[in-house]
Amino acid sequence: MTTVLFYVFSAILLGSAVLVITARNPVYSALYLVLAFFSAAALFLLLGAEFLGLILILVYVGAVMVLFLFVVMMLDINLARLREGFLRYLPLGLAVALVGVLELSAVFWTAPLGRLTAPAGSLSHGTSNTRALGTLLYTHYLYPFEIAATILLVAIIAAIALTLRRRPETRTQAIGEQLAVQVRDRLRMVDLRESGK
Amino acid sequence: MQNPLVHWSFAIPEIWILVMACVVLLVDLFWGQKQRDLGFWLSIFCLTGAMVLSAAEMGKAGSAFYGQLLMDRFTNTADLAVELLGLLVLFYSRGYLMLRGLYRGEVLALLLFGTLGAMVMISGGNLLSLYLGLELLALSQYALVAIYRDQLRATEAGLKYFILGALASGLLLYGMSLLYGLTGSLGIGKIGMALSDASPDNYVLIVALVFVVAGVAFKLGAAPFHMWLPDAYQGAPTPVTLFMASAPKIAAFALAVRLLAEAGSSAMAIWQQLFVALAVLSMLIGNVVAIAQTNLKRMLAYSTVSNIGFLALGIVAGSQNGLASALFYVVVYALMATAGFGMIVYLSREGFEAEEISDFRGLVQQRPWTAFLLLLIMFSLAGVPPTVGFYAKVAVFQALVQAGFVWLAVFGVLMAVVGAFYYLRVLKVAFFDPPPEGARTSGGDPLAGITLTVNSLALLVLGIVPAPLMTFCFHALQEVM
Repeated sequence: MTTVLFYVFSAILLGSAVLVITARNPVYSALYLVLAFFSAAALFLLLGAEFLGLILILVYVGAVMVLFLFVVMMLDINLARLREGFLRYLPLGLAVALVGVLELSAVFWTAPLGRLTAPAGSLSHGTSNTRALGTLLYTHYLYPFEIAATILLVAIIAAIALTLRRRPETRTQAIGEQLAVQVRDRLRMVDLRESGK
Repeated sequence: MQNPLVHWSFAIPEIWILVMACVVLLVDLFWGQKQRDLGFWLSIFCLTGAMVLSAAEMGKAGSAFYGQLLMDRFTNTADLAVELLGLLVLFYSRGYLMLRGLYRGEVLALLLFGTLGAMVMISGGNLLSLYLGLELLALSQYALVAIYRDQLRATEAGLKYFILGALASGLLLYGMSLLYGLTGSLGIGKIGMALSDASPDNYVLIVALVFVVAGVAFKLGAAPFHMWLPDAYQGAPTPVTLFMASAPKIAAFALAVRLLAEAGSSAMAIWQQLFVALAVLSMLIGNVVAIAQTNLKRMLAYSTVSNIGFLALGIVAGSQNGLASALFYVVVYALMATAGFGMIVYLSREGFEAEEISDFRGLVQQRPWTAFLLLLIMFSLAGVPPTVGFYAKVAVFQALVQAGFVWLAVFGVLMAVVGAFYYLRVLKVAFFDPPPEGARTSGGDPLAGITLTVNSLALLVLGIVPAPLMTFCFHALQEVM
């Protein structure tokens, strides 16, 4: 069963990865990439690394790809111009790919295959690896964890301090004022009988 | 399993600054529009409180958070120095920031976070906490350099500093990862033990130390890794330059002590040679290029490079004596740099930066007292006897001669003579050149003026009685070696 699932997800992963680079529409490319991430996450789950799988979905699919889609949709990218130099750069691309293949095969040839295929120690002793990671992160690495959180806080402050501009000339909603409005600010009761007389 | 909070009390000063920085942010959010000064005095309160808390830890020793935080006399001394310098920066910058619309909670909070990062670096007993402290400090600095975002020069300086700083962090991380690969541990103590039987011609170790030293040299601003320094110093608002020239230098020195003197003590032969090269290049480039500068901020930036060269001499000596004199040097240098840049802050007015050397023409006729303080600062930077700059240089040279590097000490003295030229030229302009047309308005932020007076007079007083600070620094390094 696991083997079947492995092949199914691997096939989807490879297929969507190919479609990412061949799709004509960049939005489709981004969506295929999301599919590829999902399949990779499923493969992680099959391996018992559920934390990695979930993080992949949460961070990459949930945040990075959504940002990517926004950028793709907002920028008017001319694909025809991007594809112009395809044939010119093809030899270079093939050469790079060849080097990659050679390197990989060199690794597989020289390294004992057993070490590469065997899982790096059994992960599960009845506890999930999310729990194991959490235990380590919040005890042993508490101090660096807190400093990392502070760094993120500084990054937020810096980003806002450097980019936020209040422009008085733009028309933005003053939500606080809208909520604080009272009936008497907007509604004036007029006695029509009096004025009609 | 050991309770991770056993010695958490060692981190109390850090926790206090973190909490207070968040309080400053929140207070600024709610009351910042009406009460600008509230955040400022809260920041002052924060750093004063941190000094008290750090002083209360004096004499304690140990480690917390599984060795990721080391508490010893070195931590304590350097923490106190960093907090004091942070206070000085705050006092100097209030008037300057107000006039330029930069008197905001974010600036104060970023300064506090930067100080926190420096303290984390100083007490770091683990590659992880050292690196994270470094990044906390560096990120705050990148943002502060570019905070005057309507000025092209400031944003340009911020971007340059950011890109080169990221590169330096990469170099340092690469060195650290090699160290981890060699020893299988992130802890400073364990790395030191694992390296104790490493042979000196272990190539991986050499490469690792080269990367580590390059990263440290960049953060210190030693030549040939000083390219970012003049532009960042000149482009940043002067109070930020003031901060960059003071506390981070002590933190970078602490990084060198932890990574090289503690973790790599057995590989001293390797990093000693690297620091000889750094010292020679820094003293040469810093002192010679500074002669050609007409902008005082840029001149002081090159003077930083040359002073880092003198600091590196103390690290070269490597002995406890050498490191203690280097600590003394970096603390004294930070005080001189705050006074030097503080002078620029003090004399700046709305729409006018007193950053060109020609802006100081005839200062003595208009402001004799300020001119006298300038005299003290420049004498101290040049190393003229009654000031503390003299003792800092003497201590470093003495340690160097003891370690057997006589030729290097001779070279250092020669370079100090070259350096004296451009410091004294500023005094010539201030004392003997006629004042420009249209006298200066008698302005100047009084708070900055008082701080400048105290800071400059401290250079003189410490020069007359250098012994207490010297013993303080000497004791600080006792447990390290």
